[in-house]
Amino acid sequence: MPTDQNAPLKTYLDHLARNELAYQFSREARRAVFFPRVLCPFTGSDQLEWRISKGLGTVYATTVVHPAEGKPFNVALIDCDEGFRLMSRVEDIAPDQVRIGQRVRFRVHPAEGDEDPYPVFTPAESA
Amino acid sequence: MMDGLKRGSAAIVGVAESDLGQVADGTSVFDLMAQGVGRALDDCGLKLRDVDGLFCATTQNRMSVLGLAEYLGIDPPYLGSTIVGGSSFEYHVAHAMGAISLGLCNVAVIAYGSTQRSVGRKQASVREINPYETPFKPFQPSSSYALAASRHMHQFGTTREQLAAVAVAAREWALLNPKAWEKKPLTIDGVLSARMVSYPFTVRDCCLVTDGGGAIVVTSAERARSLKKPPAYMLGCGQSTTHASISSMPDLTVTGALISGKAAYQMAKLGASDVDAVELYDAFTINTILFLEDLGFCKKGEGGAFVSGGRIAPKGSLAVNTNGGGLSYCHPGMYGLFLLIEAVRQLRGECGPRQVKNCEVAIAHGNGGVLSSQATVILGTQATL
Repeated sequence: MPTDQNAPLKTYLDHLARNELAYQFSREARRAVFFPRVLCPFTGSDQLEWRISKGLGTVYATTVVHPAEGKPFNVALIDCDEGFRLMSRVEDIAPDQVRIGQRVRFRVHPAEGDEDPYPVFTPAESA
Repeated sequence: MMDGLKRGSAAIVGVAESDLGQVADGTSVFDLMAQGVGRALDDCGLKLRDVDGLFCATTQNRMSVLGLAEYLGIDPPYLGSTIVGGSSFEYHVAHAMGAISLGLCNVAVIAYGSTQRSVGRKQASVREINPYETPFKPFQPSSSYALAASRHMHQFGTTREQLAAVAVAAREWALLNPKAWEKKPLTIDGVLSARMVSYPFTVRDCCLVTDGGGAIVVTSAERARSLKKPPAYMLGCGQSTTHASISSMPDLTVTGALISGKAAYQMAKLGASDVDAVELYDAFTINTILFLEDLGFCKKGEGGAFVSGGRIAPKGSLAVNTNGGGLSYCHPGMYGLFLLIEAVRQLRGECGPRQVKNCEVAIAHGNGGVLSSQATVILGTQATL
């Protein structure tokens, strides 16, 4: 089916491929929307514009996953300064050292094989 | 809110578990549902031919209510298979109540079956990819609940020992329930020193992985009075959906139970202080704390202190998860039906050593997804009408 616009996920991934963390902004609701979608969950408007995050945020919640095999790793929810939250991982620090309230900065985990790129975070200030 | 439902107009009249724990090789989810249906109908004295409403949910069959109707050889005009995870059955019972009040059916059976222990969790549930979460490899659902626990600990100072107290209380109740999977005592240290799954949860903070199923029978209050056992009247119900994925949950310390509970209390014209038996979906230890807070048994943030010192254990001041819960009794993946079964048995006074004295009002609170879908049902004896 021909369409005049990309799927929201495709646009998001295209931005990540350019080292950009993209999110949507609802003009009607005057607030950020994440995950990307075709309708604003606050107003029902389809007028969602893409914006690029400055890539700074704060850890909202954190856990350390202990897999049956392999090393423990971090999974966190990050509140970006533009007012949206996403799941990610804080790197360059031991997984159990990640703290709620900690300031973090975005970087791209590049595409590998079949895997799409995804956003990770690193500490934005020295502890 | 379900303004259209009339307090006490329908009742749960039959309840039964199927085989639980580890079922016989080759058993299907429909075998377990049918076992439950047969036993639940026996429990109230109704027959399969009386059933004109059929509800079920399972993760192991795409059009399960068709499969169940076929298996039972019935053609009920009213079918329901809302599937919102573990709280599906609390939704079903509200929907059955609505259907009964509209005359769409009169005897509704709600069934569940799972063989997740026998076939393995990977076989029992389709793996769903969420492109905004899956790349980070959260161990689901544990990690989502662990994130909520981390936030509760950060905001309110809740401790791992307090989380562990929930598991210990559940175990003490389970030791009073001959059908419970777990048979050995558990201590706070036993929880804390168990294998770590997703911090702050060890495997003892997480629900069991068992097989199991069951069924309940719902009918009009009028018909309920002529049946075998005392009816458990539907006094109130409420539902709330706040998100599907944990990254979209607005506040990880406040669940939809706040809204579903408020609606249920309002319909029942009752409050938390009126409830004698509290059956909460304890997929993880944090659940019990969150739901005790959101359903008004203690203040927000005080759940950790509230569950400590044996307060929710047998002989404590509040009877919570009296069958041993998903943590120690059984957890076949969508546990919500068992909350209703236990609540009804408590109201009937059938629970032997774990019986709550003078139990007139019971609450069954279902949780689905990752704290996503909350549904509250308040049940009461004849005396509460």
